[in-house]
Amino acid sequence: MTNFLFGTAGFVLTMVALGLFVILRRPAAVDHMMAAQLLGTGGVAILLLLAVATETSAIVDVALLLALLAAFAATAFVRSASDSESEAPKAMSDR
Amino acid sequence: MTILSFFDIGLVVLILGVGAWTIAAREAFAAVIAFVVYGLLLAIAWVRLSAVDVALTEAAIGGGMTGMLMLGAVARLRSAKGNDTRTGLPVRLVAGVLCALIAVGLATAILLPPEAIPTLAPTVMENLAQTGLGNPVAGVLFVYRALDTLLEKVVLLLALLGVWSSAPDSVWGGIPGLRVYARPNSTLTFLAQLLPPVGIVVAIYMCWVGAKEPGGAFQGGTVLAAMWLLVMIAGLESVPSISQPWLHLLLVVGPVIFLVIGLAGFVWATAFLAYPSGYAKPLIVVVEVALTVSIGVALGMLAAGPPERVQQQ
Amino acid sequence: MKLAFDIFTVSSVSAGALFFLAGTVGLLRFPDSLTRLHALTKVDNLGLGLVVLGLLPQTNGLFSAFKLVSIWLLVQLSGAIVTQLIAGAVRQHGSHG
Repeated sequence: MTNFLFGTAGFVLTMVALGLFVILRRPAAVDHMMAAQLLGTGGVAILLLLAVATETSAIVDVALLLALLAAFAATAFVRSASDSESEAPKAMSDR
Repeated sequence: MTILSFFDIGLVVLILGVGAWTIAAREAFAAVIAFVVYGLLLAIAWVRLSAVDVALTEAAIGGGMTGMLMLGAVARLRSAKGNDTRTGLPVRLVAGVLCALIAVGLATAILLPPEAIPTLAPTVMENLAQTGLGNPVAGVLFVYRALDTLLEKVVLLLALLGVWSSAPDSVWGGIPGLRVYARPNSTLTFLAQLLPPVGIVVAIYMCWVGAKEPGGAFQGGTVLAAMWLLVMIAGLESVPSISQPWLHLLLVVGPVIFLVIGLAGFVWATAFLAYPSGYAKPLIVVVEVALTVSIGVALGMLAAGPPERVQQQ
Repeated sequence: MKLAFDIFTVSSVSAGALFFLAGTVGLLRFPDSLTRLHALTKVDNLGLGLVVLGLLPQTNGLFSAFKLVSIWLLVQLSGAIVTQLIAGAVRQHGSHG
């Protein structure tokens, strides 16, 4: 079981690595913002798998912080990208 | 090789790759994002090294504060110069050589350790039960090296003063120029209403659990700072001017309480920062709570930057 | 009983990993920023949900299980909102293929 969980963690890590490679290679800034989202889900999955595999419940807390702060980091990225186009952000219409 | 070693090697390769990407990125924005990703991946690496307290701090600071600080710097550079500046080749060469020297030094220390590695870890574990704490890191931070922790918190305040003092004289005492994105009833408003209550609970949990499990005041304070910044960025709370008395009070309450308890050590125990036996844990919890608040406010104001405009009366 | 739990864990976690694979393939192959964002958020979140579901029998105690589910809920909620934010930024700047 532990080997299976470690293996899955490695697999998800490979997926995150591939995703990062794809995202960071694109020239547009908007694509880079997705990196926070990718780590927010993939990184949390990896940490939860490691937590159960090593039976260290403290790692679940790291996953919690990662989830919270990946959302915050994504907000910072979006705000910065919006500022880069115009000094005064235009009104964003939303549904 | 076990599956775990494959995981570790893959993680190391990924971290190095992202690190190289940070340096090679063409645009400052892309480099900052890569650096934040690097920090979050390092948190996983710390977990693999069984340093969960450090992993928590890395996730909090690397994911939250560092990204905010550097993006703010990028924005200021952009408005000051109009485009990304590139440092000259000699400067980058010197920086590269110095970094390489540090890396070689660290590698030598780790790969060729001395015969008997000097460590006090066994002694800490033996005496930890006396303090009533369950987390050896908390024991080191608040009992055995409490002086270092106290000084670190003071250094944090000094750093904040340093950031504030880079403001021009005319706007001293004014409002930090945190770039706000305020649109009422927008998606960001919703996020800033949903996330902070969760974040506050997580911060309190982090501070509380630090006595027994990995966690502590610093991690909790960073989460608090991130939530406060989110609320300010969304325009739900106004950025306070740096001359507000309540701001000053919250900033110093942590170090002051720590200092008072430390001085009281002369009275009820034998020395500065000594705790009376049996009362160590409650005193440490009090200090941690006060420190969480102070660290949260200090980090939030650090990311907000120096004052840029004067408060309209 | 333990065997049943283990089989459940293995199948659920494998399904979750498969969804992560699908999400990454979507990231690679979709033509447009918005579709890539869609693949990333929806599929990866579902993958995480399946992984959490699979890990639930392996935890000891109700509190740990509750924590795992709460983390997934947090990722789900914040991910949905953050995706809207990113999509808004994409729409503002125009998506590049």
